[in-house]
Amino acid sequence: MNITVRVWRQPNARAQGEMVAYPLRGVSEDMSFLEMLDVLNERLTTRGDDPVAFDSDCREGICGMCGLVINGVPHGPQQTTTCQLHMRSFKDGDVIDVEPWRAEPFPVIKDLVVDRSAFDRIIQAGGYISAPTGTAPDAHAMLVPKHRADKAFDAATCIGCGACVAACPNGSAMLFTAAKVTHLGLLPQGQPERFSRVLGMVAQHDDEGFGGCTNIGECTAVCPKNIPLETISRLNRDLLRALTHGGSHWPKAAPIREELEEEEPE
Amino acid sequence: MKRTSTGRSATRDQAVPTLEPDVSSIDADSFYLNGPDIADTKAPSGPIEERWEKRRFSAKLVNPANRRKLSIIVVGTGLAGASAAATLGEAGYQVHSFCYQDSPRRAHSIAAQGGINAAKNYRNDGDSIYRLFYDTVKGGDFRARESNVYRLAEVSVEIIDQCVAQGVPFAREYGGLLDNRSFGGVQVSRTFYARGQTGQQLLIGAYQALERQIAAGTVIMDTRHEMLELIVVDGRARGVVIRDMVTGRIETHLADAVVLATGGYGNVFFLSTNAMGCNVTATWRAHRKGAYFANPCFTQIHPTCIPVSGEYQSKLTLMSESLRNDGRIWVPRSGEDKRDPRQIPEADRDYYLERLYPSFGNLVPRDIASRAAKNVCDEGRGVGPGGLGVYLDFADAIGRLGRGAVAARYGNLFDMYTQITGENPYQTPMRIYPAVHYTMGGLWVDYDLQSNLPGLYVLGEANFSDHGANRLGASALMQGLADGYFVLPNTINDYLAAGPFPAVDPDHPAVLEAVDAVQTRIAKLLSIRGTRTVDSFHRELGRVMWDYCGMERTEEGLRKAITRIRELRQEFWADVNVLGSDRELNQALERAGRVADFFELGELMCIDALVRRESCGGHFRAESQTEDGEALRDDERFTHVSAWEFAGDGAKPILHKEPLVYEFIELKQRSYK
Repeated sequence: MNITVRVWRQPNARAQGEMVAYPLRGVSEDMSFLEMLDVLNERLTTRGDDPVAFDSDCREGICGMCGLVINGVPHGPQQTTTCQLHMRSFKDGDVIDVEPWRAEPFPVIKDLVVDRSAFDRIIQAGGYISAPTGTAPDAHAMLVPKHRADKAFDAATCIGCGACVAACPNGSAMLFTAAKVTHLGLLPQGQPERFSRVLGMVAQHDDEGFGGCTNIGECTAVCPKNIPLETISRLNRDLLRALTHGGSHWPKAAPIREELEEEEPE
Repeated sequence: MKRTSTGRSATRDQAVPTLEPDVSSIDADSFYLNGPDIADTKAPSGPIEERWEKRRFSAKLVNPANRRKLSIIVVGTGLAGASAAATLGEAGYQVHSFCYQDSPRRAHSIAAQGGINAAKNYRNDGDSIYRLFYDTVKGGDFRARESNVYRLAEVSVEIIDQCVAQGVPFAREYGGLLDNRSFGGVQVSRTFYARGQTGQQLLIGAYQALERQIAAGTVIMDTRHEMLELIVVDGRARGVVIRDMVTGRIETHLADAVVLATGGYGNVFFLSTNAMGCNVTATWRAHRKGAYFANPCFTQIHPTCIPVSGEYQSKLTLMSESLRNDGRIWVPRSGEDKRDPRQIPEADRDYYLERLYPSFGNLVPRDIASRAAKNVCDEGRGVGPGGLGVYLDFADAIGRLGRGAVAARYGNLFDMYTQITGENPYQTPMRIYPAVHYTMGGLWVDYDLQSNLPGLYVLGEANFSDHGANRLGASALMQGLADGYFVLPNTINDYLAAGPFPAVDPDHPAVLEAVDAVQTRIAKLLSIRGTRTVDSFHRELGRVMWDYCGMERTEEGLRKAITRIRELRQEFWADVNVLGSDRELNQALERAGRVADFFELGELMCIDALVRRESCGGHFRAESQTEDGEALRDDERFTHVSAWEFAGDGAKPILHKEPLVYEFIELKQRSYK
């Protein structure tokens, strides 16, 4: 098939950026979308033009590194990661718009490459269980009911790609944050830090500049791992409980928020 | 030099290779030199079950109050790197971690599907630490060090405890206890899993622990930073030269010790199941600075991957080995038969694994299945575009078990296959083909996981230890976490107890030389402005490696490969085209540097394969096989680790053998008839 890709080109973080159209002939429908971009880049390089910069690594849908907005939808027309999208989802003559994730906390580095380190900082603010190496009890010391383990797993499959943010009209990262809060909050190991976790992570989320959640649901509709909206409900419930029943320990990375501190119990 | 080796090869061609090749003159001096034998000096002697405890006691400790004065660099944030950095940070050391991706959680450990082994014996079926040790040594075809492997089995138990404590959502039984399953060719159920994403969940556990230490201030993390050179001062590894991949700035980082956890080198084949960015640069640079590279030709090929669909293919996708439990593998009897597989009657099908190996059938080990697939495709009977594929057919299973049962077992794998190929495995046979998956070779390490280069530690797939010539399924995850959580934090103290070492002046000649080397290389790559792209060279190198250093290796083929790789490398440095500048994000420049190192590694792999004139595990020399076509080891001449020393550009590498002594397990030949 012969297509035209219109790609966001932005030479560096400070530059203006613009959409540039590239006709591409002889695209096979068995090619993955990213392989199509590889082919574009080979041709650009051969004719002396700067290739398009984009992130990818595993190319099998699990690392979360790739992420393009294709024809206005994060990850494109299939509910999978960008690397798992194949050209058979398009047809001869198509014009395809390719853009980076757009959100203020995800500044563009170059072309389609963005900085998602905000996600790592949200995890630093409580997305873990404090279990120093060597302190663990026997694996069977704690029973985990199967249905909780399964639900925790469903939330744990988040790959941190950021499509949820790119899809959200508010630019909220609630689905990402809620997935981790849910995963760890459902397990017995996660109970001791359940309140400090949600308080810390939500505070960090807000400080990074992500928007508030108004339960629109665009996030879960594009999530390649089908993280359910229910995780956000769980986060809200944990947050409410933490605010009203106390959350006395603040992990170091989270900046203290004065209004919440006042509500802490003795 | 080239002329001589080509000439000798031409002479050899006239002598038809037999099963008893003439060894007197072949590899005597043409490609390498012999060096003195080496040995691991750190493993204690005595009963094997006491060695690790003895070593931990004999290793010097570092007072907790002194740890914050000691600095450690960790390159790579996969299972081994993240667990090591987190644990060392928790212990109180100053850690500085680097990774080339945008977040530590992207490391390729994340893609592992199957599960992680541990000798918990929760299933009460006869498993034990000793049995896991035994299975691993035997599975490695008796080319791994017993002490290291026993320790791996010993700490496997603690790994599961640690992961559960971190909140890794392993599969559970209804009673709330952990579920187990059995894995490839092993007779006990010792594999713990998290659906089909065990690697991801384990990595996320280690990543979270790492992020906690970053928040605590014990670990500094630099993402999108690539190590391009090792700094050695007074014979010790003291730091690294790093390129900031966003700004292009070249940075020097110095420390008391350097840890490399940078994964495997399967991408030398261009097409593999590795991630796009996986490379050998960190370990190769260390090798060029004096760290021995061991058994580079021990590569593992996985039999069930989705085949190549075209010239533009960028990587290969693994389909879990469990599919072979129910699928039947076949190709048409005749290479002329291009019918739709559903139209081909039984009489015209060749279920070749069932035919060649009546007792194991479709469940022969990975290396056997891979070679058989390659052979039928080489005969012209391969299926799919390009003729490189064989059928994995579930029609019988669906007929026998019903579609629902098959979907319950393999549903997500079938979906993944459909997503990638557009074909429906419930209706038409799947197409599979072997692909490079894992590398057992890597930098040589002793029992402490320290390289022969003092101060350099190597973990996970980046080192050579534990798996011998063939890695068992579900053991890579086990090794990465064993090395990072439990081994390194208990051995590096022995080295650091003598520290902190004298501060290295930023103007020290070794530092300036390393920085200069990096800058010169980058400048050179950007100045050539030739006619071929980096990827076109990488693809060609990959094809040479796959054809001559892949599933089946021959004397003649390896010599051809070495010659061709040397030519290709020269062409690369004369004709590669890398646009842009170094002071920006430049992905072509990144790839160029990695491919340049792959040429050198590829050559060493072929030399190693040439010298090891036996077949063992994943290394199959056509000249060394039984009458049935099975791998034939030569224990008398090759029960050793081949540790290679870099002797300079253009100079022959030096081979140091580490003789392997099996005190506890009796050497046996593997057989599947």
